Amino acid sequence: MSHSISLTVNGEARAVTLDDPRVTLLDLLRERMALPGTKKGCDRGQCGACTVLIDGQRMNACLTLAVTLDGAEVTTIEGLASGDTLHPVQAAFIDHDGFQCGYCTPGQIMSAVGLISEGHAGDDPERIREGMSGNLCRCAAYHGITEAVLDATRRMAEEDERVRA
Amino acid sequence: MNLFDYTRPASLDEALAAWGPGAAFLGGGTNLVDLMKTGAMAPGKVIDVTRLPGLDRIETLADGSTRIGAMVKNATLAHDTDFAADFPMVAEAILSGASGQLRNAATVGGNLMQRTRCAYFQDPWSPCNRRDPGAGCAAIGGETHNHAILGWSESCIATNPSDFAVPLAALDAVVEVAGPNGTREIAFADFHLLPGDTPEKETALASGELILALRLPAAAKAFKAHSRYLKVRERTSFAFALASCAATLRIEGGTIAEARFALGAVAAKPWRVTAAEAMLTGQAPGAELFSQAAERALQGAAPSGENGWKIDLARRTATRALAMAAAGTPSRMPALPASPFGEPAHA
Repeated sequence: MSHSISLTVNGEARAVTLDDPRVTLLDLLRERMALPGTKKGCDRGQCGACTVLIDGQRMNACLTLAVTLDGAEVTTIEGLASGDTLHPVQAAFIDHDGFQCGYCTPGQIMSAVGLISEGHAGDDPERIREGMSGNLCRCAAYHGITEAVLDATRRMAEEDERVRA
Repeated sequence: MNLFDYTRPASLDEALAAWGPGAAFLGGGTNLVDLMKTGAMAPGKVIDVTRLPGLDRIETLADGSTRIGAMVKNATLAHDTDFAADFPMVAEAILSGASGQLRNAATVGGNLMQRTRCAYFQDPWSPCNRRDPGAGCAAIGGETHNHAILGWSESCIATNPSDFAVPLAALDAVVEVAGPNGTREIAFADFHLLPGDTPEKETALASGELILALRLPAAAKAFKAHSRYLKVRERTSFAFALASCAATLRIEGGTIAEARFALGAVAAKPWRVTAAEAMLTGQAPGAELFSQAAERALQGAAPSGENGWKIDLARRTATRALAMAAAGTPSRMPALPASPFGEPAHA
């Protein structure tokens, strides 16, 4: 039995017919929507490479069945920048060398965006490291990642204040 | 992954009617989808209950108890300001488990239904009495670092991996369920089962029953000033417990009026011994007293393989968790929830 779902991916409404309920959000994005920025690492929720935002919350796309997402809003790494202007978290990862090979980076960045919006880590490096523990980096770029998340947190808070002023 | 029928009922009645042998209810999917990928679980039908109305609320009932809908996300519950203030060791336990991504997806009901992390259970090529009754147990004589030291049997030595369940056991939570024969309540102590000869029977749920909510009694709030969860693991974050303890004290005038503590990762259910708690009543908090109570809680412990070291580890974890509870609930959630690091060794 096929299932028809409608969802928004990076701001664009998409109608999808799934001929198989086993398709994960990760495979839907990569194989059927030509959005390969979201990476497949472990495919079991242990590495975080597939992290995306679902209705604004960071989650593992590999453990999410696409068929469950009717009406959902999904944001992937491809949907983060505004045209040529990088998202502050993307810019901070470049400024602080938050990667080496780059394979885990889309997941790291999406997880950091989710973490910052959750608002529990603030500018405490220990809370940032704890909050980012669902994203593994085999190159061990953790120092740069922590610095990048700290810096992006500050930049986004300053930007918020500037907008409010 | 096996092929399955997917259905998303709009009402509880439809969800219960959709159930049949071999079906599975789907919450956040963080455990079920993972186990379907390994082949350890292969439901013929997946019933998505995430959108059933009314199951996503945290509310205070007229009798002062707190009712948590089964589809509330783990992260939502742990970060709910009122809930975390009233039940700090429950929030700390949740935040010590899994990762930010998983806690955003995983549900309260699903957490109670999560399966063991026994590697032999997860691997469909290994014999496992829990997965395949009568097949045998590959864990016995195998790698047993996360296996039981209490309540295990010759059929199964697996442990329950939930952090969340441990403080719930200590606080006398109640599980509300609905099934083909109506609704009923299950005391938390009776919810998870020890393996005995039927390890495939993991909970008190009857066929087709679904968790609706979890309730914490009003009396459990009296413990909030001295309430901690301590979890010893192989890395500080995103790892399952080797041993854990939820410990909480009601202290009046320097004396322990009432104590509760339960151990995690040592058995197929949270391990709570009321006789050990009673040893603390009427006493002044102290390291020697806590050690004796922990010793009592571990009475009858026996290695299920090369894991005799867990008996000492669990005893010390409980002793230290009680000392941390006596020192008082921190004013803010620790940066590393439930971690021994940054905590006084002999508070």
